[in-house]
Amino acid sequence: MGLQIFWYIAVALLWTGFFVLEGFDFGVGALQRVIGKDDDERRVVINTIGPVWDGNEVWLIVAGAGIFAAFPPWYATMFSAMYLAMLLLLVALILRGVAFEFRGKRQSLRWRNGWGLAQTLSSLAAPFLIGVALADLLHGLPIDASQEFTGSFWDLLPPYAIFAGLTFVSLCLLHGATFVSLKTTGDVHDRAHRIARQQTIAAGVAVLVFGIWTQVTIRHGAFPDFLSTAAVLAIFAAGWLLGERREGWAFTLTAFAMAATVLTIFIDLYPRVMVSTTDPSYSLTVTNASSSPYALKVMTVVAVIFLPIVLVYQAWSYHVFRKRIGTAEPEPATH
Amino acid sequence: MTNLDLARLQFATTSIYHFLFVPVTIGLAFLVALLETTWHRRRDEDYLRLTRFFGTLLVINIAVGVVTGLVQEFQFGMNWSTYSRFVGDVFGAPLAIEGLAAFFLESTFLGLWLFGWGRLSDRMHLATIWLVAAGAALSAAFIMAANSWMQHPVGYQLNGGRAELTSIWAVLTNPVFIWGYLHVLLASLVTGAVIMLAVSAWHLRRNSQVEAFHRTAVISLIVLLPSILFAMMVGSRLGVIETTYQPMKVGAMEAQWDTCQPCSFSVFQIGGGKNDETPTKIIAIPHLLSLLADDSWDGKVVGMNELNQQYQQRYGPGNYVPNVFVQYWSMRVMAYLAVFVFLFAAWGVWLVRRGTLARSKWFLLVAPWFVIVPFLMNTAGWMLTENGRQPWIVQGLQLTKDAVSPSVSVTMIAISLSVFAVLYGALAVLDWTLMIRYGRKQIDPVPELDEEGGLSEAAAMTY
Repeated sequence: MGLQIFWYIAVALLWTGFFVLEGFDFGVGALQRVIGKDDDERRVVINTIGPVWDGNEVWLIVAGAGIFAAFPPWYATMFSAMYLAMLLLLVALILRGVAFEFRGKRQSLRWRNGWGLAQTLSSLAAPFLIGVALADLLHGLPIDASQEFTGSFWDLLPPYAIFAGLTFVSLCLLHGATFVSLKTTGDVHDRAHRIARQQTIAAGVAVLVFGIWTQVTIRHGAFPDFLSTAAVLAIFAAGWLLGERREGWAFTLTAFAMAATVLTIFIDLYPRVMVSTTDPSYSLTVTNASSSPYALKVMTVVAVIFLPIVLVYQAWSYHVFRKRIGTAEPEPATH
Repeated sequence: MTNLDLARLQFATTSIYHFLFVPVTIGLAFLVALLETTWHRRRDEDYLRLTRFFGTLLVINIAVGVVTGLVQEFQFGMNWSTYSRFVGDVFGAPLAIEGLAAFFLESTFLGLWLFGWGRLSDRMHLATIWLVAAGAALSAAFIMAANSWMQHPVGYQLNGGRAELTSIWAVLTNPVFIWGYLHVLLASLVTGAVIMLAVSAWHLRRNSQVEAFHRTAVISLIVLLPSILFAMMVGSRLGVIETTYQPMKVGAMEAQWDTCQPCSFSVFQIGGGKNDETPTKIIAIPHLLSLLADDSWDGKVVGMNELNQQYQQRYGPGNYVPNVFVQYWSMRVMAYLAVFVFLFAAWGVWLVRRGTLARSKWFLLVAPWFVIVPFLMNTAGWMLTENGRQPWIVQGLQLTKDAVSPSVSVTMIAISLSVFAVLYGALAVLDWTLMIRYGRKQIDPVPELDEEGGLSEAAAMTY
């Protein structure tokens, strides 16, 4: 039982890490055309996440693979149940990934705007779809006694899950705008700063409603839990700190708000991992969906060794690229 | 078509497509690291320019490799949920370890390498490209460990209708894995080297930056010749191992329906489609199959008819013979092209030794077109491996037809398959045009160096 809980926590933390890190990448990608007014400025916006986005996206891969290794039935049921949603997510992630690399590879403005648009749309779609998916786990899906999904595509889209998706999009926009204002100078900075401050209101309200709706969904009354309340307070505090030009602290708080919102889902989900709306006893749980003790032990050893190393070198890469960037910097000759 | 056919078609096409990019990444990352190391040692600016030139090609290719890899990772759960439930306990571990130990490494340090020019010390920057290369090579290791388990399951026990891991050590020392992984690494070096050679030859033929591109032509040939030689040797060792664990795969490779001893190898055959048992074999080379399959002059190869009877007794009624036509020809396409690559590399090395490479009209004309060969060879190799395992998804444990997702309909797979077809087609065109465009560019002048001979931050390869 000990390792099953450990791995449930590990999976929850991997998804949290993913949203905290890739969350601002999504926000930056989505807002690049709003924050950057011309091609040069958009380049600056994208380059704020240029060195790190790829490493951040690996958190998603590891979160998925972590579920596969530690809870195979969870992986099997979730990914097959959400087939078409997963397809959409893959399309978004594919477009987004190549948009980064391909955008600057030609001078043509049409080419660059095309990839910019692809990046905006895919950066909005991805957090929305993943948010819906995580909320579906908690809201529940029609799952039968043999852990197979019996519903259709539309069963994946209850209003609660759609709202959760929008909440995550809203949080990503706030987190991304805050990140750009932390990382840039000049006009780009000022615009990002203004958008971040405006976005605190939308994101704060969204998380508040999400917190209440979550408790209603799991029939725990109509008051948001401690974590989502803390997230809402953190968002408004971030708005105030942005006003005080303390962008580092503001970013810390938007990261906290993101983490708290993801963890709200996982805390309310436990000990289940996928709720069945057909019959609560059909739900997949930490115990009936886990790998064998030996497999979990192997995975634990691997995670305990490698995860700290990963954290150290990812932190180091943020340290290397800590400087603010601006349009004054010359465009490199490769492009 | 049933959902089984469509799911198989989708997995086969997306895997083949993904593996067009994987060996380029592994091979080219190593070669770029080699170029940067040479710059670091000799301080010859040509090597710095070449590092950045081929680094750009590497990055264009990695972009598509990474995003198509995502599809592979999700697809097990999406299309093969019954398989995932059955093997997740064993199969999930190497996938998760790949992410934690290899993929994080590759992508984080790729970011540091691209954007870190002038910001990191030279030594540190050199370390980042080696870590990218190590991450790429390591990530293939865990994928190969997972795949090898499907070819020859080890270190598991069956419990409550699923395979449970009992020894990760057995999974990581599986002989199919060790030899298969070496084979893939060497094939990747071959692929990367052929690309570097093709680009260099294109420039040499047009007298463009002859001095610089002559260097990369020589380096790629030095890597290519031993790589292809070892790839063939390791591959033939792998064949012998497969004869032990997957005799049906090897029998089908030679369209050997009846048991033979000693066994000859046919250079090609006429007919043999739809598992026709009487193809006309042309030019039989005596004893060669015995050598390839059993490593002995008079080795025995058990025929497919006999194997099929054994399997029916063991696993129940059914047909356990894979598509023999695909098996027979994918083996030959792979092996013949390998010989072709070897001869080509030997030709190149001979020209280098004579000192006439840069003037050799024919070699420089052929080399850019030769770039297609390793891709055909790699694809044929995977078809040989995967087709030869059929009808099993996990050899002896689970049949492919019992592995699909029951909740995913034909319509859904038809939709995803069409989406992937369109998207992957477009990506192929884009990637190919960008590779050609950047491959044909002049190498950029050296970014300005500061007083101490270091790069400025303006040298970052930003987006």
